Amino acid sequence: MADGNVITARGVPAAVAPPRTSTLQRLARRRSTLAFLMTLPLLAVIGGLVVYPFFYAIELSMLNKRMTRFVGLGNFEFLLGRETFQMVIWQSVLFAVTAVIAKALIGFILAHVLHALPAKGQRKWRGMLLVPWVIPPAISTLAWWWLFDPSYSAFNWLLTGIGADPVPWLGEAGWARFGVILVNVWYGSPFFMIMYLAALKSVPDQLYEAAAIDGASALQKLRYVTLPMMRNIISITVLFSLIVTFANFDIVRILTNGGPQDRTHIFGTYAFQVGIQSGDIPLGASVSLFMFPLLAVFAIFILRGVSRRTKEEA
Amino acid sequence: MSGASITTGAAAAPAYHKAGSIRRERRWAMIGAYIALAVFVVFFLLPPFHMLVTSLKSSAEIADLSGNPWIVRSPTLEHYWALLNHGSYPIHFRNSVLVTLSVVAITMAISIPAAFALSRMRFWGSTMLATGVFLTYLVPETLLFIPLFQIIGGLGLYNNLWAMVLLYPTLTVPFCTWIMIGYFGSIPKELDEAALIDGANHFQMLWKIFIPVALPGILAATIFAFTVSWAQFLYPMAFLVSSEQMVLTTGIVSDLIRGDTFQWGMIMAGALMAALPPLLVYAFLMDYYIAGLTAGATKG
Repeated sequence: MADGNVITARGVPAAVAPPRTSTLQRLARRRSTLAFLMTLPLLAVIGGLVVYPFFYAIELSMLNKRMTRFVGLGNFEFLLGRETFQMVIWQSVLFAVTAVIAKALIGFILAHVLHALPAKGQRKWRGMLLVPWVIPPAISTLAWWWLFDPSYSAFNWLLTGIGADPVPWLGEAGWARFGVILVNVWYGSPFFMIMYLAALKSVPDQLYEAAAIDGASALQKLRYVTLPMMRNIISITVLFSLIVTFANFDIVRILTNGGPQDRTHIFGTYAFQVGIQSGDIPLGASVSLFMFPLLAVFAIFILRGVSRRTKEEA
Repeated sequence: MSGASITTGAAAAPAYHKAGSIRRERRWAMIGAYIALAVFVVFFLLPPFHMLVTSLKSSAEIADLSGNPWIVRSPTLEHYWALLNHGSYPIHFRNSVLVTLSVVAITMAISIPAAFALSRMRFWGSTMLATGVFLTYLVPETLLFIPLFQIIGGLGLYNNLWAMVLLYPTLTVPFCTWIMIGYFGSIPKELDEAALIDGANHFQMLWKIFIPVALPGILAATIFAFTVSWAQFLYPMAFLVSSEQMVLTTGIVSDLIRGDTFQWGMIMAGALMAALPPLLVYAFLMDYYIAGLTAGATKG
């Protein structure tokens, strides 16, 4: 069908052009039809596998466990009343906020340090620092799991070596929470580093020269030149990472599977446990949907930041 | 290496003709920078290093609690050998390759024409659609896997490898389209006009001008699609149950852990080999890799 369009489209300019306006109109019409056809697969993917499942999720979340009866907001009410789920909300927020702050700080420091290096050495260091982010998290978390092993932990071997007590890495709620956040920070910091490094490189040198002539100290340059120039990219990166971290699954699932006593569950892993493992699809869908309002707010702010950036560049 | 860099820094300093204290300050700043870098490189590379060390030990050496876990005394490739010759590891590897290649091909086939249409051929609702594409990219897979579980079941694709080929494009297509809109948008309009004057149609324009000119962008998008498909964990975890259908990310754990016995040597060897393809792509195409990542937030 698309081919048919092309052939006629090619014929049009060559044809003797009698009523010129109508040919042009037809061309324009054909052009937009063609454009629509080219985006059709994209529309099918988004419509069929993103938009439709989203509304289906809302429908599912309002059914009872056997999916035979409409229960309205019953599932949400039930979840909010459960202590386990309250802890899931609390842990998700703690996990996302702590991890993103740590990632942003480490990324910022590393980007600055790298930026100060001579160009030749920079590449090598950057290459090594990006490795955690290149290995699939489901794979690298296995290495962390082994490092946190109760009896064979290589970290504990080091700790006993310096005379400290071994740590129950994944056995105790507090440490397990620390563990999942640590692995997330390990995985995500390079992303912040590389984003900030790209942003730092785009700050014009003249601004720093002007600041230096005005007698600005290094700290003042950071405060009055670097940060304002990077404000937009920092906010986009932080919001984006908040979404991804908030909706994390791999790391928690492999490292603790929510344990001990459901203390490290976040929305994704809890929805998996309730919906897939325990087979309560509607309740699982409700757990997932709890993420939506927060994600929507973040997404709107990202969109604002990105469109502002586009305008600046234009 | 670090020594050489410090001396070049010091050699550059005299150009300022400043007092020695500033030079010394700069030098200390450089030393501080290298210390910070070294600390983070150790932190970042420790887990992969330990993975490698463990994978090279015999099972007896792993179980031996008296030795230093960070070094290997008698290296052996027995775990690698066992993985590649027995069990279902090769099947999982083949499945991962199969799914990833199909998804990359499908992603490119969908997103290149779509990005071309959205960046060059204005039509009703095209700007809204571009925004919608970006918003879809922000939808995490944990939000939709439960309804998708029902949909996949309804289509009869539960526990079927090809369900992954159907689902992964939802994770790759929006981002690839989005960065390609940016790359195509940066191609000067004069090129289109020249092509139109020469009598090219839209497909020729896309094939002969846009794809060659935007090749770095397409390569970056391809690498992104490859990485995402290779690393995906939730969908195979939720939709694949039998070993011969699994991909690497879920297969390693499900096959090498039997009850309470963890075959750590094999797990680490399997994980290392699973991490190798993205690491190799990264090692050889680092610049495209990074370009693809940063473009998402800086372009368009």
